[in-house]
Parts: sequence; structure tokens; C-alpha cells
Amino acid sequence: MTTRLFGERVPRVEDPRLVTGNGRFLDDLGHDALEAAFVRSPHAHARIVDIDVSEALDVEGLVAIYTYDDLDGRTGEALPLLIPHPTLTHGRTPHALARDEVNHVGEAVVMVVATSRYVAEDAAERVRVEYDFLPAVVGIEAARAAEELVHDDVPGNLAARMVQQTGDADAAVDAAPNLLELDLEIERSASMPLEGKGVLARWDPDDESLLVHTSTQTSTSVRQALAAKLGLPVDRVEVVTPDVGGGFGVKIVHPWPEEILVPWAAIRLGRPVKWTEDRREHFVSSAHERGQLHHVRVGYDDEGVLAGLSVRFWHDNGAYVPYGLIVPIITSTQLLGPYKPGVYRVEFDSLYTNTVLVTPYRGAGRPQGCYVMERVMDAIAAERGIDRTVVRERNFIRPEEMPYDHGLIFQDGRPLLYDSGDYPATLAKLKKLVGWDGFEAYREQARAEGRRVGIGLACYVEGTGVGPYEGGHIRVETDGTVVVSTGLTTQGQGHRTMLAQIVADELGVPFDRVRVTTGDTRRFKYAVGTFASRTAVMSGSAVALTARSVRDKALTIAAEALEVDVEDLEVVDGHVRVKGSPSSSIDLGAVAVLSNPLRYAFDEAAARATQFAAPADPEKPPVGPGEQPGLEGSDYYSPPRSTFANGMHAVVVETDPDTAEIRVLRYCVVHDCGTLVNPMLVEGQIHGGVAQGVGGALYERMEYAPDGQLLNASFMDFLMPYASEVPEVEIDHLVTPSPLNPLGVKGAGEAGVIPGAAAIASAIEDAEGLTITRMPISPSELFALRAAHRKETP
Amino acid sequence: MTTVPVSFSVNGTPYDLHVEPRRLLSDALRHDLRLTGTHVGCEHGVCGACTVLVDGDPVRSCLLFAVTLDGAEITTVEGCCAPSGGMGPVQQAFHECHALQCGFCTPGFVTTVTAYLCDHRDPTRAEAREAVSGNLCRCTGYVNIVSAVQRAAELTAGLTAEDRS
Repeated sequence: MTTRLFGERVPRVEDPRLVTGNGRFLDDLGHDALEAAFVRSPHAHARIVDIDVSEALDVEGLVAIYTYDDLDGRTGEALPLLIPHPTLTHGRTPHALARDEVNHVGEAVVMVVATSRYVAEDAAERVRVEYDFLPAVVGIEAARAAEELVHDDVPGNLAARMVQQTGDADAAVDAAPNLLELDLEIERSASMPLEGKGVLARWDPDDESLLVHTSTQTSTSVRQALAAKLGLPVDRVEVVTPDVGGGFGVKIVHPWPEEILVPWAAIRLGRPVKWTEDRREHFVSSAHERGQLHHVRVGYDDEGVLAGLSVRFWHDNGAYVPYGLIVPIITSTQLLGPYKPGVYRVEFDSLYTNTVLVTPYRGAGRPQGCYVMERVMDAIAAERGIDRTVVRERNFIRPEEMPYDHGLIFQDGRPLLYDSGDYPATLAKLKKLVGWDGFEAYREQARAEGRRVGIGLACYVEGTGVGPYEGGHIRVETDGTVVVSTGLTTQGQGHRTMLAQIVADELGVPFDRVRVTTGDTRRFKYAVGTFASRTAVMSGSAVALTARSVRDKALTIAAEALEVDVEDLEVVDGHVRVKGSPSSSIDLGAVAVLSNPLRYAFDEAAARATQFAAPADPEKPPVGPGEQPGLEGSDYYSPPRSTFANGMHAVVVETDPDTAEIRVLRYCVVHDCGTLVNPMLVEGQIHGGVAQGVGGALYERMEYAPDGQLLNASFMDFLMPYASEVPEVEIDHLVTPSPLNPLGVKGAGEAGVIPGAAAIASAIEDAEGLTITRMPISPSELFALRAAHRKETP
Repeated sequence: MTTVPVSFSVNGTPYDLHVEPRRLLSDALRHDLRLTGTHVGCEHGVCGACTVLVDGDPVRSCLLFAVTLDGAEITTVEGCCAPSGGMGPVQQAFHECHALQCGFCTPGFVTTVTAYLCDHRDPTRAEAREAVSGNLCRCTGYVNIVSAVQRAAELTAGLTAEDRS
């Protein structure tokens, strides 16, 4: 009997290669390729006056130097604005190489190609670029003041202003018995995968075709973009993702300047060209996220129930907006979490600054939204003197109110309509897991030992499985191997394992017969990409539907071969067999042979499908109308709208009464992502997300000087947590299946990071008895807060 | 630029190379010897992805010039495999415990843990955490890596017992 794999902790098929050093990441390829290096702007805002390459020309091993003036055709146009929006009235994107002006430190100005990276950097160092300095706009305050402009033709530095509302929220706030106003700030961090970006391009002049490997989250869209930019027919371009060393959002942006320039140079030079991003480049020329300032007005009754919520916020989108308004749109909608806000209004400004551009980083605007809403809940609880969990409970959407329509438009252009979830049950589990009701006794005990502890919590709802679609292709080979392809990419999530589990179950084959490929346009051309916690929902559903259709086809062919009715057949362990009579069976490999009527017997198996081998109706064509040869099929999954996962985190912190050092003692997670394909993988995603949440709450920030220099652009200075900073994570699951897809799954990839800053702020506030309005928080900032608090309350 | 001869062994195989004095050990291993298991995550010795063992001690190969390694015995992640070529005990433990996701940082953890277990046979969870606290991982949150250190200790002890019997 085939064991059902859906829901099992199946070990990963990806691991044996990766743990033995046999993974193949971008820089593990193309050892003989030419290598590129870039001259990048050292200034945040300047006009380019002159570029002098004469000194560089003597460098032995130099192959080419390119500036903006060399870019021909559409390569010289501005890079695409990937996600336009009607309110994005002043969208600006960079050129592949800076044209006349640079708008952030790190913007690419000159491309150097040489026989090795060492030589390319030697030459790059000898290129002289003369700049006329312009004043830099750094930080939200300067962007709002707009005394200086990032782009001359963008008044007020305002890329977009967007409003959504369900009614007159300010009137509702003013009419409520109680009113609070809060200013809440959160600073920049970044995805910061351990592997940066990288591109390897090979042009075949005989075949007039381009093969590009790139460390991306969307190979299919890079392919389309490259064809358009380079003026090539799409069918002459293929894009492959090798092993990708983490993405977390930054690699969904495309085409990066280097993704255009490296293939462009490979075509011009007729030789393979490679570029591997170094760590400093990743800091100053990829993307950041999170920096936002929020002003909240909230009205509520004496029980703490919301009557109206009015949020105004300012989003620092950096120098350009290639990814549109996705991050602030998500903040503005997902801020609501599991709560009913009463009347809601949100308005945001997306503002240009002379800093690295801002695009989604795991969570993508949700951590900010969650932080705002949860700070509001804590503030109401404090003001009313009600337990923090009780205030939340009173504002929850009830399970019987599902599906729940917020009356807003979500990031996919579809209604913000929650499909399912049981928030009171999630909270009850969390309280039990962390021991919420027993915490006061623990606090007293700690106090007696001279220790200061606090507890906090935060709740979130996450729209996952965003459309428009994903697809799958499955072919059963004649040896019984099941070859599965899906177009979206993978960056470490274990997609090959997870998708193989689904296919093995649906098709009725052993797990080890299934081979999954992701992110290779040679194998599957129609896809969107990996982001928004969408793979299990989208590709999982797509391969499930595909497997069902391939199974149906196998049953039809086997029914004919075994001379039985289709209804009497089942597929078990890779064999189609007659129910109740397992000895009468045919293995799927043999079915695959029969599915492809042949003239030539190139091997023993093939001989069984040749024209004289089997009796056949001489009046019927070997491949009937509507049939296709081969035991294979494709199908797509396209949901009406997103599915909404949810979760709640509780944190216990200890703060040092003298040094203000902050330590996370316990981190508890209750998580509901619908049905779980592989709980081990889901827990891994939560662990990683929590670590990034802790990093974002206590350590990580982009330190920009007022002149636009990024002061901490290295791992020495940008403090990503090590094992010594990350707590153990205690997890409990709740399973509320999604009614929207055939598997009942919801996304799980981003959830772990979302409530980190909110929950930790709540816990520090509880430990310290002072108000936290700015995250991340360092020990020295907490120390300063204590001093200010003492002054205010002598 | 002129090259300099240097001889060292990697995973038991002797190599005679001619490299520029400025060539990093990480680049020599990855691009000259094509042992690409050793990864470079930061180029300044902080992340630990490029960790290899030099005469048994973990070092950051992105901070060493290859020419300084004359006569050294170097072990990379490829050298941490079982004699059969399959997963060695530390690699097996990482697999069993789901201690890797993208796998980019993993080689540095495998070499670090391999060296650590040579003189720490039975680490507590806190000791295991401390042992890997010089390597960065952006995917796993370290929870399962800490478990893998302890599991690797068990598997190594089992192998040692097998050797004895």
C-alpha cells in the first residue's frame, strides 16, 4: 500500500547534494567565463560630468568597458516599472547604467569586463568619474520637507499618494468615547540572503540563442524581460535558476541592471560573461525594506472595542520604484490583522529618498502593519487597564463571520476577503503555550531574584497564495520515473520535496520515483514567481491538478490494456491494478510505453508499443481525436483571490536593570496555514522567519548618514543575528483549511517574521513600564528611554 | 601579475599550484581546483560560509592568501563525506534534523562542526549553540542546526564505536 505522504515530515531530497558541497550556485558555474565588475557611485546624489577610462585601458586582461553611451536599443531605456498602479503618478526607475545622474550610493555607472574578477576590479579602480554634487535627500523627514528633490520632475518627492477607506473614519474616531493618537516608526532592514545576486550569460552565435543563469525568484519573467530589452525573439532566450542561496524577496525584483548588462555584453563579446555580487554591492545596490513612519488615530469604547481607525503613513521607497507600491499597499491592508477596525481609513505617501531602492523583504509591509496595529492594541489595553489578550479577543473577527470582507482592495487587485480562520482558538492555544495566565507569578519570582522580565504578544493575518496563476507539467517516463516541472523558483524552501509529496500521493507512485524541477524556462515557460508565500498554494495546487489528469490518462490506457472498466482500477505504488485483484496490474512505466504508439523499437520497452506488437482496431487512428502521445499533462491553478493564513506570537524577554541589555527568553508561535504538506518544512520556515523577526526588532538597521552614505554596509556592522542571539522557538499549529484550493493549504513562507518587532516591543514595554514607539531598539536606546522616562516621571 | 608556486593537499589529494600572491584561498579552492562546495558569503571573514579546516583547525578561506598555505593539509566540505562518498556523520545529521534550507551557508557549518566534534564528544544544547555561534545562517533560525550538532555527535560516536568493534 502506498503510504500517504501529505502531512508527513518527509526528509528533503535537496539535502544530499547541498550538504556534501555538490550544490551548484551561480558562482559555482562558468569558471572560464569573462567576469564583470562595476564602478558604482560613491555619492548619494550627483550629476555625472565626465567618465575617463584611459588609465584603465592598460590593465592586462581587460576586455571591455561600457558606459551608458554604449547601451543601444532598448537596453538604454529606463528599466521597467514592474507593477504599475493608477495612484503611482510619478514612478521612476533607473537605467541599467546611470545616464546623467546618480540617485544613491551604489548605483552602477560603468561596467568593466575582464578575464577575471580580480582584473575587472583592477580596471574599475582606474576609471575616473567626475561628479557635480547635488544635495542628498535622506530619511522620511527630509523627503516630506521636500526642500531638496530626488528627481527634478517629481514635486514633493512624492511617487504616490493612496487612500482607502470604508467610511468617515475620523468622524467615527471623534465620536467614540475614547481616543488615542500614536506616532510609530520602524527602520530599514533588508532581505540579506547569504548568497548575493549573480548572472552568467552564454550566447551561442551559431544557434543565435541566449542561455542565462541568474539567482532570481522569477526565471520566466526575467526571460520575457531579457527578450524585450535585448530585442531577441523570446524563443531564443532561456533562463535557468541554479541553486539559489536565499532570496527573502530581494531576488523577485527584475530585471536588475546586471541581468540586462551581463547577457548584453555576452552577446557583444561572443563569450560567456559572469557577474557575482559581492557583499558590499548587495548592501548598496540591491534593495532594502521596512522604513516607515505612521500616525494613528483610534477611537474605541470603554471595553476597548474599536469604533474607528485612521492611519496616515509615510513610506520611504528609496531612489526608484521598480516594484511599484506593493509594500505600502500591503501595510495599508494587512495592518488590520485579525481585527474589525470599525470604520477604517488609511492614507499613505510613497516618498523618494537618495538611498537604495525599497522592494519586498519577507513579510513585505506586513511587519510594519502588524507592529502598528499591535502597538495600538497594547496602548488601548494600557489606557483602559484591560489585559492585552482580552482587548484583542474583543476586537477579533469571529469564526462564524468568515468569509469576512474588509471592504478594501488587496495587493492583488482583489477584495481583501478573509477565507477562513479561528482567531479566538489561535489565541487560546497561544495563551496556553506561553503560560500567559501564570506569568505574573513568574514575574514576581524573577523580581525577587533581581531580574526584570516582560511578556508580549502580537497577532497577524497574512494574505498568501497571491495569483494570478502557476502551472505544472508531469510526464511519466517509460522506466516509471515521474518528471515534474513547475515554473516558479526555489531558494531553499524545500519545494522539490513538498511538491514531490503531493504528486506521489495524487498519482499513486513511490516518493523516490518523483523528480521535481523548478525555475527552468527550458522545462516550463508560464509562471509568475516565488513570493507572497505562494508556492504550496499555487504550484502545489497546480501539480495536484496535473497529477490527477495524468492519473486519469493512465487509467484510460490501462483499462484498454487490461480489458477492464476504468472504474475498476486504482493506482497503487506505481502500478495500475484492478481493485480487489492486485495480481492483475500494469506498472505506470508500461502504461507510458503504451501511451506513445511507435514505429521504431529503440529499446526493449519501446518494442511493446510498435505497430505489430499489440492487437489494435485497424479502423481507429493510433492516436485518437483529442488524445496526445505520452503519459503526460499540464494544468494550471488560478485562484479567485488570496487565501489568508494567520498566527500569533508570544515573547518573554529579560532586560538588564543596569546595562539595558535585552534578551529573548522564550519565543512561542501558534500558526495556522491551513493543511500542512510537510510540517517539518513549515516549522523550518517559521524558525527562519522568527530569527529575522528578532533581528529586525533588536539588531538590524540601515545606518544612513545625512549625506546618504550607508555606514554599516558589511556583516561586521549590520548585525544579523547569530545562533547566540536567536531563541529556541516553541510551535503549536492550528489547522483551518482554505476553502479556495484543492489542497486546503495556505502559505507559510513569510509568517514567522511578521509579528517579531510587534511582539518584542510589547514584551519590552511590559518589562520596563515605558512606551515603545520606535523599532528596532538597541540596549543604548532602551537606556536612553529609561533616562527620559525617569525625567518625565520623577 | 606574476604567479608563485604553492603546494598543499586538499581532502588528501596533493596539489601543486601557481597562483598570484593576492589570490584568496577561497578562490583557489573554488575556481582553480573547482571544489565549489566552499562558499563565499561576505568576503570579510564574518559569515563563516567559506570555513575550511587547515591542519584540522577551522579557518576563513576568504581571509587567507592561497600562497600562505604551502605544506598545509586542507579539508573542505567535500572532504567531510563518508569514505563511500555519501553523507558523512555531520552531513547526515544536518539532513536528518532539517538543519539547512538554501544550503549556501551549510558547508561552513559542516566544517566548523566537524572540527568542533573532534574535541567535544558530547556537547549539551547550550554548548552546541555556542559551537556554531560564529557562523551566519539567514534561513533556519539555527534551531535545527543546534539539534544537528548534537545529532552529529551521536552519529560520530556510533561510527567510532563501530571502528573499535
